[in-house]
Amino acid sequence: MNIDSIQNGVVIDHITAGRGMKIISLLGLDDTDLSVAIIRNVTSRKLGKKDIIKIDSMTDVNLDLIGYVDPDATVNIIREGVLSQKLTLDVPEKLTNVIKCKNPRCITTTEQELPHIFKLTDKNKMEYRCIYCETKA
Amino acid sequence: MRSVVDILDLSVDEIDELIKTALDMIDNPDKYAHVCERKKIATLFFEPSTRTRLSFEAAMYELGGNVLSVAGASTSSASKGESVSDTVKVVSNYADIIAMRHPKEGAALVAANAASIPVINAGDGGHAHPTQTLADLLTIYREKGRLSGLTIGLCGDLKFGRTVHSLINALSRYADMKFILISPTELKVPSYVKNETLKKFGIPYEQTEILEDVIDRLDILYMTRIQKERFFNEEDYIRLRDSYILTPDKLRTAKPDMCIMHPLPRVNEISVAIDNDSRACYFKQVANGKYMRAALIMKLLREAGSIK
Repeated sequence: MNIDSIQNGVVIDHITAGRGMKIISLLGLDDTDLSVAIIRNVTSRKLGKKDIIKIDSMTDVNLDLIGYVDPDATVNIIREGVLSQKLTLDVPEKLTNVIKCKNPRCITTTEQELPHIFKLTDKNKMEYRCIYCETKA
Repeated sequence: MRSVVDILDLSVDEIDELIKTALDMIDNPDKYAHVCERKKIATLFFEPSTRTRLSFEAAMYELGGNVLSVAGASTSSASKGESVSDTVKVVSNYADIIAMRHPKEGAALVAANAASIPVINAGDGGHAHPTQTLADLLTIYREKGRLSGLTIGLCGDLKFGRTVHSLINALSRYADMKFILISPTELKVPSYVKNETLKKFGIPYEQTEILEDVIDRLDILYMTRIQKERFFNEEDYIRLRDSYILTPDKLRTAKPDMCIMHPLPRVNEISVAIDNDSRACYFKQVANGKYMRAALIMKLLREAGSIK
């Protein structure tokens, strides 16, 4: 894989330095056959330093998940070597099956196949709470 | 389908309407004696609670309805591993309304989402217990004649005490309320309750560890039990359980019309010697709870089109 230019795929850019690995892990890209590159601590005029993830394949990425980890990141869709779409992210209002509730008393620990849903309760603090037990993520 | 999982599922106007209905029910019980005839409430209690279950059942009987009851997880299909969703889907075929208590936090929301009949949360772990709050609100209204301009002291376990959090949420929507939070450091009101309710709505509050320092300023003193089942560690429970015990001596400087409340059951937080004091209102709360539950059952069955 040539990490400088990909023909068809996804580039997640402007990731706050240090958060790239978390996005890789949450997107499940550390456990896939796809060609994936992570470039860490790249010099950036805007951010000082940033991480970049390149996926050499047209694949669906969970934008809510990326927005949850780093709402300042951008997602670029590359088709035939050119940028076809540039997506900016926002802090998602709701997260479904992105993170799990850590409260051992929460119903999600016992109820079969119950989706783990979190609601944004404070945008400034990026605070999410489980919709069932209201425990902070 | 309208359910009540949290006290905030009810607007202030709706709570005022429930209080009005409950007061009318107290004055004119015959008027309501057949309202829920041929209707059934299923009381699904997956955690022990005699009084709340009996309160719902008494309320339904007084409305002329019937009761289907499950008391204790060991006697239900939950012991075979059935999910809450499946249980309420099944029960929706037998009853017209469900009152459910469950040890897991958030179980009531799962039930409300799955059931095809209204669900009333009768307590979901340490999370919410809206009908206790309804009982508290009617008690305050009947004792004080208003739900505004009051100084409320909340004492004991303010960290795990779900009744306290619900009561703060409910009373914060009324005018000119002030809270005094009395607890040991380990059992203080969680910061999210302070940030998302008291600070957010600019409700004045203060925190103290010493009841005697503030008791003379209180219109309401709400005592709570330090609950063993909310602790993971028995040592912590034993160390904190006797933190606050209300005795006649501590009441010396209290206002003559201060109202002493407690969600019950009490262990030893209020000395039995106080039971005959005119300020003791905790047994009145029990009666008020039954009327508010009856008013809520009626409201939800009406909204579901089950009764006129």
